[in-house]
Amino acid sequence: MNKVYADANTAIKDITDNAVLMLGGFGLCGIPENSIAALVAAGVKNLTCISNNAGVDDFGIGLMLKQKQVKKMIASYVGENAEFERQLLSGELEVELIPQGTLATRCMAAGYGMPAIFTPAGVGTEVANGKEKRVFNGKEYLMEYAFDADFAIVKAWKGDTDGNLIYKDTARNFNPLMAMAGKITIAEVEHLVPAGELDPNYIHTPGIYVQRIFQGSNYEKRIEQRTTKSPLSP
Amino acid sequence: MALTKEQIAQRIAQELKDGYYVNLGIGIPTLVANYIPAGINVVLQSENGLLGMGPFPFEGEEDPDLINAGKQTITTVAGSSFFDSAMSFGMIRAGKVDLTVLGAMEVSDAGDIANWKIPGKMVKGMGGAMDLVASAKNIIVAMMHTNPKGESKLLPQCTLPLTGKRCVKKIVTELAVLEVTENGFKLLERAPGVATEEIISKTAGKLIVDGEVPEMKL
Repeated sequence: MNKVYADANTAIKDITDNAVLMLGGFGLCGIPENSIAALVAAGVKNLTCISNNAGVDDFGIGLMLKQKQVKKMIASYVGENAEFERQLLSGELEVELIPQGTLATRCMAAGYGMPAIFTPAGVGTEVANGKEKRVFNGKEYLMEYAFDADFAIVKAWKGDTDGNLIYKDTARNFNPLMAMAGKITIAEVEHLVPAGELDPNYIHTPGIYVQRIFQGSNYEKRIEQRTTKSPLSP
Repeated sequence: MALTKEQIAQRIAQELKDGYYVNLGIGIPTLVANYIPAGINVVLQSENGLLGMGPFPFEGEEDPDLINAGKQTITTVAGSSFFDSAMSFGMIRAGKVDLTVLGAMEVSDAGDIANWKIPGKMVKGMGGAMDLVASAKNIIVAMMHTNPKGESKLLPQCTLPLTGKRCVKKIVTELAVLEVTENGFKLLERAPGVATEEIISKTAGKLIVDGEVPEMKL
């Protein structure tokens, strides 16, 4: 068993046109930068991308949008991307906006082997259109299906050669959920170590969920909203 | 005098109770964190996966791996924890979060809220708002009483696509504190120096004014 790949280009090599991809991250935090760059270089098209956000105009999934590689975007919030909004309003891009908790839990369900979940999010709104409803204990819920993705592409802080992953701070977000949900999961990590070096007590994603792992490089880790306080403020 | 955005946040902060777990939305709600009353300990939840959100970092100490739901660089406080997005919305759905404060474009006198979409114009998405309003025990809306055109945002029915139905409990605007009741908005408090007549004229939904309405204390 060898899960270790040389780099992003080799790890994503068999991703072809029309693939359904999950991409981890919240905003630009914890996104698989190396893999996105490789997908842009590979030029694969007609992709369906499941990701909480769509990046910004010149970073993250925004880079793939600019190259018109994305046919359909499934996300919860896309407010930071002007090109996205343009493609959406002009009808070039198909978009499904879904509540953030629903997005996360549909990933989780896939990784837990459950076909569907029930959530109250979206009841009484246009999100509920066409969906099966059930009442439990007097409260209405929508049935939402587990996602079915060909590839999940995630970013972790540390990983080992068996595919075990540890995330850092809020860069965790959707990454462990998507890691569980892909038919093939590709993980890029800041620090790749030999199996046995990570304490099993602190593994967030067990290696069984990860088919490919590689040592990432040149992380930009762009900050979307740099907010600071002055040393004088309370 | 109508309240400033900071004063709206200050008034909402008076609703906090010791031990509350609180989710603050983007905009005015974020400012509530600056006015937590002395002696009260609340834990701020950020739905991208953090309990125990602290203030912004000093310049030079920003960490790109540590942000809030508004994508701003932040810090953690002692006793904080990180988790994934499913657990984050799990604790919201399970009713563990005591108070949610969020902004709105429209609120109806039945407590419906619209804050995610203007058809044909703005398509940013609902983010976590639909999950929050569907499950939170206590939802306070922080917003301006009227839109930039001067039209009331407190309506008999929302005209924009809904985020959630019958969920808002209280609204704090620059003019008033209102409670959503079975019979419509109930005027609880006026901003200092603001006449009840002005609030009546700027509230399109059903408004209950019960006797003399006290001024807010800030």
